[in-house]
Amino acid sequence: MKKFAAGALALMSMFTASSVVAGETITVSGSNSMTSLMEVLAETYTNKTGNFVEVQGPGSSAGIRAANQGTSHIGMASRAVADSEIEAGVERIIMANDGIAIVVHPNNTIENLTTEQVSKIYRGEISNWAEVGGERAPIVAVTRDTASGTRAGFEDVLSLKQTIAGKKVSAISPRAQVANGNGMVKTTAGQNQNAIGYISLGTVDESVKALDINGVDALVANVQNQSYPVARSFVLMTGPKTPDYAHAFVEWILSAEGQEIVAKKGYVPAK
Amino acid sequence: MSEVNVLVQKDSAQEELKSSRRRDFIEHAFHALFLLSAFIGVASVITIGFFLVKESLSAPLYTGADLARYLVEEEGQSIFGYGWLPDGVVGTIQMLTNSTWAPPAMYGLAPMIAGSLAATGLAVLMGVPVGVLTAIFLAEIAPQRVVNVMRPAIELLAGIPSVVYGFFGLVVIVPLIETVFDVPSGASILAGSVVLSIMILPTVIAVSETSLRAVPPQYREGSLALGASKIYTIFNVLIPAARSGILTGVILGMARAVGETMAIIMVMGNTPAMPQGVLDSAITLTANIALEMSYATGVHASALYASGVVLLVFVMLLNGSLMYLNREKAK
Repeated sequence: MKKFAAGALALMSMFTASSVVAGETITVSGSNSMTSLMEVLAETYTNKTGNFVEVQGPGSSAGIRAANQGTSHIGMASRAVADSEIEAGVERIIMANDGIAIVVHPNNTIENLTTEQVSKIYRGEISNWAEVGGERAPIVAVTRDTASGTRAGFEDVLSLKQTIAGKKVSAISPRAQVANGNGMVKTTAGQNQNAIGYISLGTVDESVKALDINGVDALVANVQNQSYPVARSFVLMTGPKTPDYAHAFVEWILSAEGQEIVAKKGYVPAK
Repeated sequence: MSEVNVLVQKDSAQEELKSSRRRDFIEHAFHALFLLSAFIGVASVITIGFFLVKESLSAPLYTGADLARYLVEEEGQSIFGYGWLPDGVVGTIQMLTNSTWAPPAMYGLAPMIAGSLAATGLAVLMGVPVGVLTAIFLAEIAPQRVVNVMRPAIELLAGIPSVVYGFFGLVVIVPLIETVFDVPSGASILAGSVVLSIMILPTVIAVSETSLRAVPPQYREGSLALGASKIYTIFNVLIPAARSGILTGVILGMARAVGETMAIIMVMGNTPAMPQGVLDSAITLTANIALEMSYATGVHASALYASGVVLLVFVMLLNGSLMYLNREKAK
């Protein structure tokens, strides 16, 4: 499906690019979880300017390497990039944030959980609300399907990964219920007093209660100032070899138009 | 008489030949059309089956070779058949009996098989008696005025999209099970099978009613004339006579239940762990395919195709065994 979408996009871009004179090709590679957002941005940008954007998602580390070596114009990483990881002249730009709210039933007396408690609940090590200071009732953990970007981000931030038979797999307990969308997590958490779920910060409403994590409110502002812990930044990296037309693409992403698309896809805008 | 006929034919031989050629052409064209239509159905089954099996092959090869080698050599597990059976066979046994589904490492289908079987079986247990009794009511007992209201209502049930059934289950049946059975979460096999049993009702009712109405009236009249009561006649004459039609309704209903996806995703909780009872949540083969297909690649995608093969084998076994039952008793 992804391949098909990428192929269709490439084909479409070929047509649009050929219709515009002097279309340049901007290469972007890195974090796999950023590709779906980047592809939407790329498509809009191609239609707007005629410059074709090629997006590849081999992973954040590969994105950092690509930016360092200049093999791609723009590198993508869906985690904080340390100073030691990048070479001189490589610039880091936060294009968006992926904030995840931990939600429970509005009647739940719990107001705050630590990241460790959330992680243990999803690993299946904590199974009663009493263990985290609530009423004596079993916890019904609700997770997302494995295709979900929110789940990828959640597992990423809380290190919910384990190794089985030499391969990295999800550490979320198989006893956790699987919902196939933010809406279904909200419906379940909104009607089951014992449920806990996680959804994109942008989709929280009054049907559920978003918990404070490590004492920090689940608010867009707290994601932007990086104090809210269950969040990750989507970082773009440009190097000395990055041409001006690729810089223009980055600037467009940070413009009001680009950030509007970021918000529409359920992410928290950079500013 | 025949001589006259021959003469008449000879007289109009020219026109006859013309029109018969035309008729022959139409005959042949329709023959070809019928054959083509019949062929489309059969060809689809063969093509789908072929691609399912072809795409699913790399999963048992992986679980029988790489994974089995790792489990035996690194973790010291003993795996049945490893080393002397072909990799594909070891892998197939592994997939069918292992209960850990953790892509990209483990591909155990046992929890999904259990979930599919439990949900379908329970749905048939609840839905078929209700469906058959409704069919009897409509065909034998209810006055025409009642039938005129009830039958369209039941037919409407068949037209409701499965996502609506799922939503109904999610907001009505799941909370109801939570309160009635006092369980932490009502998203369970029971919720799934209640929804499924409602979904298979229209199929079971429509097919059973048709076959009950097709029973020759002499059977009923004969039984009543011998002094049997109406209920005795229904259970000992009409139902045995309409058996094959009722069984067909049950097969079709089961096939719908085992293949249902969207409603099940919404009410059964989709936990890829072995269910411990009917009040535990579970995942079905179809739900697992629908949830993971969009991002699966390589062996993972192949394992999802393999669950499709398991599903296909289920339906084949089901149809086969019911066909066999039908034939035996009809003799």
